[in-house]
Amino acid sequence: MAIQFTLNGKAQSVDVDPQMPLLWVLRDTLNLTGTKFGCGMALCGACTVHIDGEATRSCITPVSEVAGKKVTTIEGLSADLSHPVQKAWIELDVPQCGYCQSGQIMSAAALLAKKPQPTDAEVDDAMSGNICRCGTYQRIRAAMHRAAQMHAAPTRQKASPEKKAKKPGETAAMTPDEPAAVGAAAGGAE
Amino acid sequence: MSSATMKVDRREFLKGAAAGATGLVIGFYLPNRLEARAAAAVEAVPFAPNAWIRIGTDDTVTLVIDKSEMGQGVVTSLSMLIVEDLECDWKKIRTVFAPAAKEYANPVFGMQGTGGSTSVRGMWTPLRKAGAQAREMLIAAAAEKWGVDKAVCRAEDSQVIHTQTKERLSYGSLAEAAGKLPVPSDVKLKDPKQFRIVGKEMKRLDSADKTCGRAEFGIDVRQPGMLHAVVARCPVIGGKVASFNAVKAKAVRGVKHAVQISSGVAVVADNTRSAMQGRDALEIKWEEGPNASLTGAAISKMLEEGASKPGGAVARKEGDVTAGFASAAKKIEAVYEAPFLAHATMEPMNCAAHVRANGCDIWAPTQFQTVNQMTAAKIAGLKPEQVNIHTTYLGGGFGRRAEQDFVIEAVEISQAVGVPVQVTWSREDDMQHDFYRPASYSRFEAGLDAEGWPVAWSNRIACPSIMSRFFPGSVKNGLDESSVEGAAELPYAIPNILVDYQLTETGIPVGFWRSVGNSQNAFFSESFVDELAAASGKDPYEFRRRLLQKAPRHLGVLELAATKAGWGEALPAGRYRGIAVLSSFGSYVAEVAEVSVDKKSGQVRVHRVVCAVDCGRTVNPLTIEAQMQSAIVFGLTAALKGAITINKGRVEQGNFDDYQMLRLTEMPKIEVHIVASDQPSSGIGEPGTPPIAPAVCNAIFAATGKRIRRLPIRPENLV
Repeated sequence: MAIQFTLNGKAQSVDVDPQMPLLWVLRDTLNLTGTKFGCGMALCGACTVHIDGEATRSCITPVSEVAGKKVTTIEGLSADLSHPVQKAWIELDVPQCGYCQSGQIMSAAALLAKKPQPTDAEVDDAMSGNICRCGTYQRIRAAMHRAAQMHAAPTRQKASPEKKAKKPGETAAMTPDEPAAVGAAAGGAE
Repeated sequence: MSSATMKVDRREFLKGAAAGATGLVIGFYLPNRLEARAAAAVEAVPFAPNAWIRIGTDDTVTLVIDKSEMGQGVVTSLSMLIVEDLECDWKKIRTVFAPAAKEYANPVFGMQGTGGSTSVRGMWTPLRKAGAQAREMLIAAAAEKWGVDKAVCRAEDSQVIHTQTKERLSYGSLAEAAGKLPVPSDVKLKDPKQFRIVGKEMKRLDSADKTCGRAEFGIDVRQPGMLHAVVARCPVIGGKVASFNAVKAKAVRGVKHAVQISSGVAVVADNTRSAMQGRDALEIKWEEGPNASLTGAAISKMLEEGASKPGGAVARKEGDVTAGFASAAKKIEAVYEAPFLAHATMEPMNCAAHVRANGCDIWAPTQFQTVNQMTAAKIAGLKPEQVNIHTTYLGGGFGRRAEQDFVIEAVEISQAVGVPVQVTWSREDDMQHDFYRPASYSRFEAGLDAEGWPVAWSNRIACPSIMSRFFPGSVKNGLDESSVEGAAELPYAIPNILVDYQLTETGIPVGFWRSVGNSQNAFFSESFVDELAAASGKDPYEFRRRLLQKAPRHLGVLELAATKAGWGEALPAGRYRGIAVLSSFGSYVAEVAEVSVDKKSGQVRVHRVVCAVDCGRTVNPLTIEAQMQSAIVFGLTAALKGAITINKGRVEQGNFDDYQMLRLTEMPKIEVHIVASDQPSSGIGEPGTPPIAPAVCNAIFAATGKRIRRLPIRPENLV
């Protein structure tokens, strides 16, 4: 029987073994390969996605568990790299090989959505499940703080404050500040 | 790949490949011209003056990146080298990865491959020349259009400027005319004083792709009709399939095929998870082979015996150590050990292949395209030029992706089932079927004179050889230089030195692991130097400093790291410093680690690492900083946690629960200081790794008085 859920803001239906981990449904059935396979045991965080806004390891989550829920993957975080976490990651030159970064970014985005100004302890707690073999941790930590700053004072980051007001219902951190941004931007998909 | 690799020419390699690496006899072959796909790319643009640059009429500059991007930043740094002399607008460039072709052979190896921290140093001149060639042709085209001498024209930001009339012509508008001009062979390179890109902090070109899930790694390749495969391999290293029954495996939903290949039994399905389930359902009888009862204790004994045997291959001999010891007032002895280590790239091994009667495509995160091409051609019964290699992004490499096993599997499976197939390794497959950093055993003796200065240094190393499998022709008189690198080049002024080596095979396959022999030998040598300083009652920094007076670049980084770390100044209670220095891959790195050791648990915490690096002329400071941080984390992870252990011929670790990685919570603050230099640029991907283990262990000695002589560091030994 087909399993239905919302994927990056759109209705999705898949007819697969209900026990198949969401990771493989995303990667092999739906060819959405931004979410990565790293360990298969929720030990490395490379497969992190948001399920109803919660950072979740998709490699151990049977697809049946997301029936009726909202799933956001790295591809749905924003349509145009406008999520503050993505912007901070690019600004601070975080990625090296980049393989773990989808998971890092999804963990970071989930934290910032809940704790707009996370303490170092909260960052440690949210991010310690994500391994980076390239050792980008120092820049990840700096980028978390940068993303939090963008969240706190988005109008100071870009000289076009009038664009900020277009979606008053959204949190500043989740509002894309590029005019090309569309509804699939972060938050929109959640 | 190791520094030693670079000395190997292609002829020697081919002897090696024939005898070892792939188990295949590979003919001497390299394609003579760009293969079809590259040729097509050339045809699509009017101006392609050389293998690396294509300029379209729309002003787009496409740069062909012929090194594998595994995080070390080559997409950005190689682009910088081209753009500097091409004088094009940085914002108008895009990059593609090169196909396998002779033009893209690494000048250091003679084959297309990425390793040994060679990318920037090998490509500095060729890429700058390529940029200058294109620039001169665009200038010549503009001069012809204006009917003026080239001397009145100059190039800037993708435009040629008439310096008298201030008229401008864009590169795009000149592309067609430039494409018809002869390619100049002798071009003038920019004076480094005029550099506007090289040496500047340039942001990575691949960050956007890597923050939205768009970057295509090997594991992300999707081809029409592609099936997914996993392979059941014998859990005993070196074992083979005796027989198998796939009835239950084929009953799993989604499973299409189960076929025997050289490495085991492949299960092929319409998705990876079904293939994994099918594999679980296979019934296989294994022929476990000669390693069936091999244990870690037996391996340690082999290495210990190796290091006890006199008459090893001499790696370095200076003066007369016997006379040196006879004159010494004090003799110090120590034995050090390092374990096997897995690479554990975040992206597990994988490869996609499509073998057809008249051709083959390989999509792979690979560090060694030339050999991939030869290997696939041999298996598929094709000519190498019929094999297209599509290099993807690499989710980490660290030397692991210089191997061929994942390519061989994909080619064999695709050949067997007749459609495109992607083979994916689970984390356990990856960890248990690696080519490991060699376990190594190092025996030291040193003699100190009455003032405590060393007069004799003897070091015997026993470890398995990477080169005798990978490049057998390079192992001469029993000496594998990669086994002694980081030990043989001891930079200290000691009059009598003997470093020798006993090649000791253990049955466990070994391979290149970030910084190769330096990774263990720096730990051995730089720890033992610290022992000598302690035995003579001298400060370990001052001790090294005095012995490095004739090694200016070592001394430069040592002093810089010590100064920036505040060596000798008070630290917060419970914190201690250790220092180490090493030259590898042409660069010089010193690191000072600030460490505390919990008195109750013995738990080691590294708070801060101050790193000084001299890598010659700086190309991109942001990359240097990132690579030093990365290499330090890599080495620190190994020092604190890393050990692959063997029981009954099987690797005992399987995933990140029993082979742990450093995590964000354990990350020290790393400060990187770059020595200003106008020496040629040298390696940056690997040289940061070797000094961290000894710097940390030397700090632990300062904290506890306990000398770590065996890695990884075990907290239980520190209480």
